[in-house]
Amino acid sequence: MKRQWGMVIDLDRCTGCEACVAACHAENNIATVGDDQAAKGRSMHWIRVERYWEGEFPDVRLRYQPVFCQQCADAPCESVCPVYATYHNPEGLNAQVYNRCVGTRYCGNACPYNVRFFNFFNPVWDKPLNLQFNPDVSVRSVGIMEKCTFCIQRIKTAEIKALAEKRELKDGEFNPACVQSCPANAMVFGDLDDPQSEVARLAQSNRATKLLEAVGTEPNVICLRSVS
Amino acid sequence: MPVRSVEQLNEDILRPLVRTSWRYYLAVGILGSIVLAAVAAFLYQVYSGVGVSGLNEPVFWGFYITNFVFWIGISHAGTLISAILRLTHAEWRRPVTRCAEAITVFALMIGAAFPIIHLGRPYLFFWLLPYPSERGIWPNFHSPLIWDAFAITTYLTGSTIFLYLPTIPDFALLRDKAHGWRRRLYRSLSLGWTGTPRQWHRLEMAMRIMAVVILPVAVSVHTIVSWDFAMPPVPMWHSTAFGPYFVAGAIFSGIAALIIAMAFLRKAFHLEEYLTPFHFDKLGKLLLLMSLIWGYFIVAERLTIWYGNDSPEMAVYWSSSQGRFTHLFWFMVFCNLLVPFSILSIKHFRTITGTVIASTTVVIGMWIERFLIIVPSLERKYLPYTWGSYRPSWVEITITAGTFAAMALLYMLFSKFVPIISIWEMKLGMRQEAQSPLPIPVETRLPQVVAETNIPASVS
Repeated sequence: MKRQWGMVIDLDRCTGCEACVAACHAENNIATVGDDQAAKGRSMHWIRVERYWEGEFPDVRLRYQPVFCQQCADAPCESVCPVYATYHNPEGLNAQVYNRCVGTRYCGNACPYNVRFFNFFNPVWDKPLNLQFNPDVSVRSVGIMEKCTFCIQRIKTAEIKALAEKRELKDGEFNPACVQSCPANAMVFGDLDDPQSEVARLAQSNRATKLLEAVGTEPNVICLRSVS
Repeated sequence: MPVRSVEQLNEDILRPLVRTSWRYYLAVGILGSIVLAAVAAFLYQVYSGVGVSGLNEPVFWGFYITNFVFWIGISHAGTLISAILRLTHAEWRRPVTRCAEAITVFALMIGAAFPIIHLGRPYLFFWLLPYPSERGIWPNFHSPLIWDAFAITTYLTGSTIFLYLPTIPDFALLRDKAHGWRRRLYRSLSLGWTGTPRQWHRLEMAMRIMAVVILPVAVSVHTIVSWDFAMPPVPMWHSTAFGPYFVAGAIFSGIAALIIAMAFLRKAFHLEEYLTPFHFDKLGKLLLLMSLIWGYFIVAERLTIWYGNDSPEMAVYWSSSQGRFTHLFWFMVFCNLLVPFSILSIKHFRTITGTVIASTTVVIGMWIERFLIIVPSLERKYLPYTWGSYRPSWVEITITAGTFAAMALLYMLFSKFVPIISIWEMKLGMRQEAQSPLPIPVETRLPQVVAETNIPASVS
């Protein structure tokens, strides 16, 4: 069955707590680069919560914008990769093949969202983080790019389970780590091609926008945002 | 004293191959150690990771890609100028072609190394080449980097042939004059050249074909290099003008490099009779023209962006004209436009010294230009939250210094094994002038004859 995985984020619900960031690190074995490297701008957060202040003091308003790979339908990162390390998979995901990557970092330049991360050094984890690796996710070595996969390991696990039980995947049967951890229920994940799914229903909202839509990347992440 | 006999010609041009001063060894020693330092820095980077450079998120490309574009640009003068002058039968080209073509080959070799130096996993660079592998995966032909790989290997092959073909008769001459291991070396390099009419005819045909073929290749190479930037939707990269803009810049910096190399050879090997003020005057005019074209492009590019006032592009625009890169930007304009224009547009200043000064600022300015194209855009990409800044580390600076040393070193070694001026082409030119029944127009004459005016040349 053809699917198009997608996500809806309700920005009006987001409190900027960054539980999604912590959950993503734990789920995907993302390296903690340390203070020095972070100061150099090399921190790796597959999902980050951007803060934007609107208005002039004292009449200011704080906006949160979680940003991660938008799994673009027309992704600039895919066409520029010389070795097919990033490609569009049949479920509409922007897949990254770590073994294939040679580290030209061209995809990182082409990505308008800056959500692709480069392993400048071999990854390290401060104790006790080194004891909590997720066995379902490969650890990336020095010199390659990595990014949000929509927790493809969870997708595959659920698909295989459904296949073994000879049934269809149910909407909301599983979620990526960020969605699962969101205390405000601001994120919804699912199949955008399935008109019955929660995510497809929310995507029709009149508050729906897409990040940097004008660049023409056709993101599969939809933001709900009331215009004030 | 003008060059008038074949013996003197042989003596003058072969002198550097026979006699080597202590200064040469000293220069080779210094340059060699800089190159070794650069190699060590690169190995350190391979061992530790690209993190030892100043690159970061979101500035994934910095000094290495600047050097790549810069050196590929430098490579453009040699072959292009040589091919154009050959096709137009400009007689004054004869002492210039060889040293110009050599610049192309060496600059390309250095430039082509950078996409590999900058890789996260440089030992896997061959994955960019199409070869039958057990993985059954071809490279992605949609990627401009693959176009690059093809364009550069084609150009390197073509310009190496273009340099090698007209050197064959000179290798044969050296073979006949040399002894011992040099004789064996030149025998294999001269490919059995004996100077039969058939061989001459074939050489002439091959050169004519190569001169025509290499021109579109040269133009396409830098166009494709520009497309590395123009293809993805990055503010101030994504521009239709980039192809011609880069080609113009490449020829501009290449001519400057050629003038510097010629002035250096003239002094070091006492070739005053061969590389004359006439050559520098001609190339100076060409440099002036390219400077104006370059200025036209930068105005055309920046004016349209400023007028269009698209906010992501304006963020980059302001960072280079009023922000962090202001000084660098205006210094580039000073180097690439102000200095060449004020020196080269005045005939009185278009001397050897004048053109060398202008060329030096142009080479510096064009390096900065490449840097200013690459880095400010990456620092200011769309979402302000992710804006970053870039500062090179000692590793990148060492490797950059190493490339300039490598260029000089390769050129110096080349001049010890190959006559830096094409001997047979000079002789042919001298004979043609002596035998010509009609007066040859001043523009196409060999320079020393211009200086002598009306005295018929005697050739043995």
